[in-house]
Amino acid sequence: MNAVRREYEAIKASDAYYTVSMLEPDDFAFWRGKARQLVQCGIPPDKVSWTEPGSSGDLFAGAGTQLPVPPAEAAPIRGSKRFLALARNAVLHSDPQRFALLYALLWRLQSNPRIMEDKTDPQVRQAEELDKNVRRDSHKMHAFVRFRRVERDDGSEHYVAWFEPDHHIVRANAGFFKRRFANMQWSILTPKGCIHWDGKTMRESPPAERGDAPGSDPVEALWRKYYASIFNPARLKVGAMMSEMPKKYWKNMPEAELIPDLIAGAQARESRMVDAGALDFGNRPDTLAGVNAAIQQCRQCPIGCNATQAVMGEGEASSCHDVTAKLMIIGEQPGDQEDVAGRPFVGPAGQVLDKYLAQAGIDRTRVYCTNAVKHFKFRPRGKQRIHQTPTAKEIDTCRWWLESERAIVKPRVILALGASAARGVLGKTVSVSQVRGQSMPLDDGSELWVTVHPSYLLRLEGGVKSEQERLFAADLTEVKRRLDALVRNG
Amino acid sequence: MGSLSTLEKLGILADAAKYDASCASSGTAKKNSLGGKGIGSTEGMGICHAYAPDGRCISLLKILLTNHCIFDCHYCINRKSSNVRRARFTPQEVADLTISFYRRNYIEGLFLSSGIIRSSNFTMEQMVECARILREDMDFRGYIHLKTIPEADPELVHQAGLLADRVSINVELPTDSGLTRLAPDKDARQIEGAMGNVKSDIVEMKDAKKRFKHAPRFAPAGQSTQMIVGADSASDADIVGKASRLYDGFKLRRVYYSAFSPIPDASAVLPLKRPPLIREHRLYQSDWLMRFYGYQAREVMQATDQDGNLPLDIDPKLAWALKFRDQFPLDVNRAPREMLLRVPGLGVTAVKRILAARRHKKLRLEDVGRVTVSISKVRPFIVAADWRPTHLTDRADLRSLLAPKQEQLELFAS
Repeated sequence: MNAVRREYEAIKASDAYYTVSMLEPDDFAFWRGKARQLVQCGIPPDKVSWTEPGSSGDLFAGAGTQLPVPPAEAAPIRGSKRFLALARNAVLHSDPQRFALLYALLWRLQSNPRIMEDKTDPQVRQAEELDKNVRRDSHKMHAFVRFRRVERDDGSEHYVAWFEPDHHIVRANAGFFKRRFANMQWSILTPKGCIHWDGKTMRESPPAERGDAPGSDPVEALWRKYYASIFNPARLKVGAMMSEMPKKYWKNMPEAELIPDLIAGAQARESRMVDAGALDFGNRPDTLAGVNAAIQQCRQCPIGCNATQAVMGEGEASSCHDVTAKLMIIGEQPGDQEDVAGRPFVGPAGQVLDKYLAQAGIDRTRVYCTNAVKHFKFRPRGKQRIHQTPTAKEIDTCRWWLESERAIVKPRVILALGASAARGVLGKTVSVSQVRGQSMPLDDGSELWVTVHPSYLLRLEGGVKSEQERLFAADLTEVKRRLDALVRNG
Repeated sequence: MGSLSTLEKLGILADAAKYDASCASSGTAKKNSLGGKGIGSTEGMGICHAYAPDGRCISLLKILLTNHCIFDCHYCINRKSSNVRRARFTPQEVADLTISFYRRNYIEGLFLSSGIIRSSNFTMEQMVECARILREDMDFRGYIHLKTIPEADPELVHQAGLLADRVSINVELPTDSGLTRLAPDKDARQIEGAMGNVKSDIVEMKDAKKRFKHAPRFAPAGQSTQMIVGADSASDADIVGKASRLYDGFKLRRVYYSAFSPIPDASAVLPLKRPPLIREHRLYQSDWLMRFYGYQAREVMQATDQDGNLPLDIDPKLAWALKFRDQFPLDVNRAPREMLLRVPGLGVTAVKRILAARRHKKLRLEDVGRVTVSISKVRPFIVAADWRPTHLTDRADLRSLLAPKQEQLELFAS
């Protein structure tokens, strides 16, 4: 007895290193046999390496070292039920480290039989993750295998599928397909091995290629029709689809080729349906006072009820009479101070604008100033109200009011400050840096100029700031020159 | 109409069925086709064979037998006064289609519904016949869900339950007044009467199954129902209350909520808006709270705002926790399961893991982080060995700290 113990003390202390070569990548029984033998001989996890068939093996492994034979009186090996169930599944994972990880856990189980309950243990978590991935892969195999019907020479029908699993799950899932399609002749071909059922027995064969499976099935036309028809375009949720049916599966699913067109068509179809009952703004007001009254009541988008008040545009003599200004300047939306004052461009950005307008020789009192969106959109943070960029949808909704103002004020030139303002005029998003400094003709005979919003200048620092200030001043000067030319030509 | 091809009919009748939310194929009795003549198996877990770009699972062949209908329900695309194209399948055609899809592993089975033609009884007979062909002539052992017609003879509904895994009857709208206004041909008492009959059949047959091995199964996956959200003025509190009464009164497996989506050729009394998908999502979350988290219906209602609706920017569990802050923080090393389930950010699985792990050691914040998705959401509501939220739980702006960023909600706004 003492001699035996000494011998195993010697193994533990020695530098002996053992390699176990798995014969199959998914053979749990084989792994269990070897692992049991190693634990009984007291060989710790860092003295064993596990290699898969087809792998180049562990560089540091002493190749060919014989596993010692465990002593006859060695204590039985403990493996909790939970561990065995988990290991049986995790062994199917394609991670080459899986055998070693499971052996390390089995090793630790001998001294702490309840280790699997400690879900915060990194190795337990890792093994559970492997188990989860394999279960998911198996579940996706049950779901996404697509059989195609082939007629054999003798008139019998055979159903053949091509599937590409991530892990070594094919053999383990043969039973599911047998129970489901017991009275059908079928084959599932995969790059990790194939299974065949003839109605009585299961047969395995080596890995196949996609070309070995049939390329089509006439019933797929019906299935595609069903897939396209059951989809509700009003509920587009592409992210939810992608997380459950990742793109890697698409190439083997006949319905997946429809997806890009369904998504593209959905937004158009939905907006057609919503347009049928389009937002009802009622009649267009024909005075600025009428617009002002209407925007205070407007609740066509979620920010309608947000702020203190809707902020109307203003310009020359706008207090009583309706104006015709030659220049209309459009900002994004009222800010914190504008919202309180009820007037556009009175906050910090407004002061920057005033400064540059004066520099360019434009008299602000003779300009009509307004915003693409009439309500202040913000997020509360403590006592502060933090500006939020309006969404494209909100800008588009508010276009109704901007168009009403344009129809009344009839400007010759419109200067849009920033991308939101440009969208308010054009109905589409443009890049400010690409369109600035040039005139864009509009349908009503006026023209649009685009530059950055003055608040952008406030956020910059250093060299970038002075460069952008120069560009902004140049844009305003250009607009002034254009206005003068229009005046000269009547 | 006889000139329509199978492909055209399938297109029309699947399109007509897409407003039904349910596509579940889970929770039925285990069966397989070993030793039989046909095909099919159900092993407890449902399988989603595909996902449409609307994010919904496609598990069953979900179609109408016909979209002809003698009823005139405003919210329904198939109502008598609608201009949609009409088509009709025979029971044999539907059965053949089911089998040819099933053989190719496209589906788990069939979800058959129908517009009412000639009479409720005639329509119900046709649907039962389709299920009979599948089960008896073809020995089909996959999943069958039959939408039964409340106005039909109870005997026909009983037969449907003997053939199907699940039967369902839609309550359609959360309030009786909504039903009267939008579905003038339907009667709330008749719908609930039919649900009551199905419930007592299920209870009776389950009892018989205990005593006699060969007693027939009756709808082993139970019964479910569906409510349309956003077509009438019912608040979330009304809907949650109704759902809870249905769960208790009729032992339903599921109540489905279907955000009213704009339908082509819609009736003028309905809102033609983007469907309230987030509201629908919040209702499903509240449904989960009642089914898996031990919340009472009145507790979910406590999470609603003054107008009786659940907040849209945060989930109902967080809304409840913010309203009842005196219940928090909870010590993850001591609190009982039912209280841990109330911590925002801890799901059923995370709580299970915490309970198992704390038998081994005192849990620190990083241990909790390992078993849950986002520790930042959980942190203000728990105490761990090395963590105490001090002022965090009492902060007035806690809601804005925890609410998801606005952009996420408006992902598809433009």
